[in-house]
Amino acid sequence: MIDRAHALVLLRQMMLIRRFEEKAAELYTLGKIRGFLHLYIGEEAVAVGAMQALTAEDAIVATYREHGQALARGIPAGSLMAEMYGKANGCSRGRGGSMHFFDASRRFYGGHAIVGGGLPVAVGLALADKLQARPRVTACFFGDGAVAEGEFHESLNLAALWKLPVLFLCENNLYAMGTALARHQAQPDIRRKADGYGMPSAVADGMDVVAVEEAARQAAAHVRRGDGPFLLELRTYRFRAHSTADPELYRKREEVAEWKQRDPIVLFTARLQAMGILTDADVASLQASVDGEVDEAVGVAEAGPWEAVQDLTRDVYTATP
Amino acid sequence: MTKMTYRDAIRSALREALRTDPRVFLMGEDVGGYGGAFKVSYGLLEEFGPERVRDTPLSENTFLGAGIGAALGGMRPIVEIMTVNFSLLALDQIVNNAATLRHMSGGQLSVPLVVRMTTGGGRQLAAQHSHSLEGWFAHIPGIKIVVPAVAADARGFVLAALRDPDPVFIFEHATLYPLEGEVDEQAGPAAIGRALVRRSGDAVSLITYGGTLGTTLRAADELAREGVEAEVIDLRTLRPLDTETILASVARTHRAVIVDEGWRTGSFAAEVSARIMEGGFYSLDAPVARVCSAEVPMPYAKHMEDAALPQVSAIATAVREMLVAHG
Repeated sequence: MIDRAHALVLLRQMMLIRRFEEKAAELYTLGKIRGFLHLYIGEEAVAVGAMQALTAEDAIVATYREHGQALARGIPAGSLMAEMYGKANGCSRGRGGSMHFFDASRRFYGGHAIVGGGLPVAVGLALADKLQARPRVTACFFGDGAVAEGEFHESLNLAALWKLPVLFLCENNLYAMGTALARHQAQPDIRRKADGYGMPSAVADGMDVVAVEEAARQAAAHVRRGDGPFLLELRTYRFRAHSTADPELYRKREEVAEWKQRDPIVLFTARLQAMGILTDADVASLQASVDGEVDEAVGVAEAGPWEAVQDLTRDVYTATP
Repeated sequence: MTKMTYRDAIRSALREALRTDPRVFLMGEDVGGYGGAFKVSYGLLEEFGPERVRDTPLSENTFLGAGIGAALGGMRPIVEIMTVNFSLLALDQIVNNAATLRHMSGGQLSVPLVVRMTTGGGRQLAAQHSHSLEGWFAHIPGIKIVVPAVAADARGFVLAALRDPDPVFIFEHATLYPLEGEVDEQAGPAAIGRALVRRSGDAVSLITYGGTLGTTLRAADELAREGVEAEVIDLRTLRPLDTETILASVARTHRAVIVDEGWRTGSFAAEVSARIMEGGFYSLDAPVARVCSAEVPMPYAKHMEDAALPQVSAIATAVREMLVAHG
């Protein structure tokens, strides 16, 4: 049974991510956002579901496709949009852009654009918690492409060896950029890779926000108890191209169309309506609310200042008093 | 003052840090049970236990990255990488994370990480254990590079690195570990970014660091017997580089020879030479000269390795030739 209030929170967060990204894509074509823009559309249930299992004390390490995680973590949309504009009121002062969102106050540690590069950092954050006897979880998101990297295997091994509180969250969207999972993995059943490290694992339907939340809560509880790390594989699909630079030569339109039938927002909306706990008016009201929030975010980005050029080298090192 | 080896001086700093700061811990390959590949951390496991002296799997990139994460999480990790050649396996975490996180996060994150590693040749360990790559690392903004040449600095830079809010990389030339020097165990941190005149002279500035300081001082002694008084500058830190001390010396001597165990092409010596051109060109009486390693992967055979590395004779010859041509 799903509680209506909580269901509305989940649905709204997914809708906010969807709207935020549609707007970002539009702003990209207008030249307001430059660099790479990796959209999360289709994968919203993963970030939103998983984030429910985390507390404000927990840490998050994410990838370059992290708009969803950042919004679900509660980083203000305006600060994220301003970051993509390259403005000084962006969450990383405009130094990172779309791929490098940071918010230390929310323990959001990036935004990592080297595939697999966030995993060792997550292991270290968890080591710091363990050494300081803090019952926290470090949630580390990465894609199926990352499991081909040495850092994935080294990190799982080290976290398991030292029983560190890391929740490894593999967003398996079936493609490492344009290379299908079966074309880059000898063992494409990703959760089974945890077996080699004696680490428990599970798999959940990444298109079902409730299933993701449930699986993430169980996995996080294991980690929080001090029982060591956990690998949770979330099977999902990216509806849009890898990035704005991708002509999508590697997958068929039919495949994309088929996955779109499982749109996490559409599915969840239909389910709640079938249960009689969501009305059309609710949906309209949520849509108006997220539209407004995204419009406001664009306003924040538009109005934001540019960082002064004389601050170019500020924060390469800590300023000495 | 106490006479102690370079190795013991480092251990003295590590022990002091572990005793006084609960955030400090050591991590690396064989730092614990084995006592350290170079015996630097010998005895520390017994004194501080396996939580604070952590043996790692052979996963350089990941334990270096875990050091970054632990630093972000409030600890003061000291990561040991066995040799600079092995550090290449950790370049992703060093270059893409340690050096970038502060700037890329708009100043929100600090990475107070200390990394120690051995560097350099001279022990017949051939081409995968003998190179001097600290000059490469010095190319990267966001990290600091220190190169202690004497025992007192070996101790002082560990303490300084631990007080630094940014990532500091300490390159320890492997031939220095058994060498003794005067160390004041009451002394605090050494000054990162400050070069020192190790020997005064007026004929030429010999500029070096780390493993070649001793070689260079011996070359200066040889030259002194011929009536040529060379000034010897120990850079001590490659980034940030103390250009002021270099230029002040060259302004006095009007000649500079840079001694660097790295390969000549794209070497740190090239950077020092460029700084002299930029800031001291008109005080020069001769073109800047460099004594670097031969441009070969380090050979194993002793006579060949000797031929590849900067030697006293090559340094003295470079100075004599400079004085003959531009005396």
